[in-house]
Amino acid sequence: MTAAAPTPGTQIETVPLDPLPQRIRDNVRTGNLGSWPVIVALLLVVLVFSQTAQNFWSPANFTNIITQMAGTCLIAYGVVFVLLIGEIDLSVAFVSGVAGVVVAELQLPTGANLPWFVCIFLAILAATLIGVFQGSIVALVGVPSFVVTLAGYEIWQGAILKGLTQGVVTIQSGKINGFSNYFFSTDWSWLLAAGVSVLYVGGMLGSAFAGTRHGIAVRDPIVLALKVVVVPIVAFVVVGVLNKDRGVPFGLLLMVGSLVIWTFVAKRTTFGRHVYAVGGNAEAARRAGINVARIRILVFAIAGGMSGLGGIVLAARLQSVDLNAGGGTLLIDAIAAGVIGGTSLFGGRGEIRNALIGAALISTVSNGMFILGYDTGVIFMITGLILLVAVTFDTVVRRLQVRSGR
Amino acid sequence: MTDTPLLELRNVSKSFGSVQALTDVDLEVRAGEVMALVGDNGAGKSTLIKCVAGIHPMDDGEMFFDGQRVHISSPKDAAKLGIEVVYQDLALCDNLDVVQNMYLGREARNGFQILREPPMEAKTRETLKTLRVTTIRSIRQPVATLSGGQRQSVAVARAVLWNSRLVILDEPTAALGVAQTEQVLALVNRLAEQGLGVVLISHNLHDIFETATRIAVLRLGRNAGLFERAKVTQEKIVHAITAGQPTKVSGIAATTDGAPV
Repeated sequence: MTAAAPTPGTQIETVPLDPLPQRIRDNVRTGNLGSWPVIVALLLVVLVFSQTAQNFWSPANFTNIITQMAGTCLIAYGVVFVLLIGEIDLSVAFVSGVAGVVVAELQLPTGANLPWFVCIFLAILAATLIGVFQGSIVALVGVPSFVVTLAGYEIWQGAILKGLTQGVVTIQSGKINGFSNYFFSTDWSWLLAAGVSVLYVGGMLGSAFAGTRHGIAVRDPIVLALKVVVVPIVAFVVVGVLNKDRGVPFGLLLMVGSLVIWTFVAKRTTFGRHVYAVGGNAEAARRAGINVARIRILVFAIAGGMSGLGGIVLAARLQSVDLNAGGGTLLIDAIAAGVIGGTSLFGGRGEIRNALIGAALISTVSNGMFILGYDTGVIFMITGLILLVAVTFDTVVRRLQVRSGR
Repeated sequence: MTDTPLLELRNVSKSFGSVQALTDVDLEVRAGEVMALVGDNGAGKSTLIKCVAGIHPMDDGEMFFDGQRVHISSPKDAAKLGIEVVYQDLALCDNLDVVQNMYLGREARNGFQILREPPMEAKTRETLKTLRVTTIRSIRQPVATLSGGQRQSVAVARAVLWNSRLVILDEPTAALGVAQTEQVLALVNRLAEQGLGVVLISHNLHDIFETATRIAVLRLGRNAGLFERAKVTQEKIVHAITAGQPTKVSGIAATTDGAPV
């Protein structure tokens, strides 16, 4: 880039926006590919399985994939926040297990027998407080998050084993089980699609018009128009397919609702801006007067809370909690979902929606391979390979960025 | 130029444990001038700046801003007075765009902490225009895509955006090429033209002679001369940096070995 000075005052005024091809080139150069590689990969995977795996391409299986991914996806939203500030949380899976245990124990008709909403509230609160606790050690004492949350991994696993003395607790509250097993009626499902569409289109156009009022031209009107058309179409097609089966599962509403809320928080609030700043350059954020410790603690609290919500969905799906709660591949899947979706492990780059896309890819791959009759070992290996490719990609892109940046 | 200096430091001392970093240092900066602060490594330039910026509170000494005695104990105090520091290692977030960096930590928001982007974008564009920073293609591009000079320009413009009255630049051209250095020095001059007080820390005498109004030399944590740019040669400055005698001894009124000001 040359520093040749053009006539003073002209360029910024007349060319405030970059042409789209230029922006795409810049984004590629700086490693801002976002989720596009994964979306392409997801479409390819769907294409391959729909040709090879029997019954993969069916409304019932589509519903399956969505209910399977809901818990992981909700946890992964929190993981994305943690990744955005350049930290890691290895405790999310067992924290979700703790939330499951709390919910199950509190609803027991023979035990505490609390109303369902109190159980849910307390479970999420417990998970959030765990996040605050771990985040405080990271932010205030300065212990690396890797170690703090690795300790948490052990501690909360122990807590689950200790808390479930009876080995298995069945969840008898229909409301709690509904977090995974409730399906909206056809009409309500259509209404949800309409609601999401209105919200999205309204939000996009609203901010575009707010800009024009301040004399800022609409950036990329073509892209805006495409988004405004494509997102409602996707919403209605998804609901249409789901309505052929049992309707929209409650887990999907949780996923989409959380996506909307957290995207808003990350992109439109000062807190979200500061999260990106801390991930990009914590020292710069500190000098700009941002309370870095507060941001870090809040981010770990979000990760804890979302793990709690995810844990409730996972428990509801099995309608019970056992000693395996939070175990298995849940941790790897949740972190992989964020990373595969295109969130950088180095902090500062990524979007909340990456979690949804990453979780969709992981769930689709394991679902398809399961139908094809591969055993768990192979599925693990493939999931691991996808993660490896995603992280390698991130590292290479980052190196390219450093080389070209200044 | 008014008679009252914008910033006046008297007898500032600072030690870190047994290391005496500053001893009875004086400094004054008038509105509309570029005061260059020079000295060898370890002369105390950065420490002095950090005292003014509120990063290290001074042990001893007085600070006057606009003739009023002030105490600065945190960066927030400094910002409240209108003192902005542009650090050597650019305090910018590469992943954020120009507007986001300009408003970092002071975003325009409503009562619900929701960002108000349009006014931020408009004001950023206006500020860059008044400073004639014209090479940035889009203020919505991430700072990572900018050249070193452009990044430095953004850092300086951020300091100006907040109606600051004193801008302190710590080695603003250290990492820049020739053309970009010119670009930043022109910007420094424009700050002074707009009536701001500017403190420029630099190792580069060429830069200093191109922009400074006056030149203050520090050596071993003490004042070692104050010169008017127009009446001094580079050799004299080099001599003051490397072998200058303290211009005052423990609080007794200053004598100068250079051109008196």
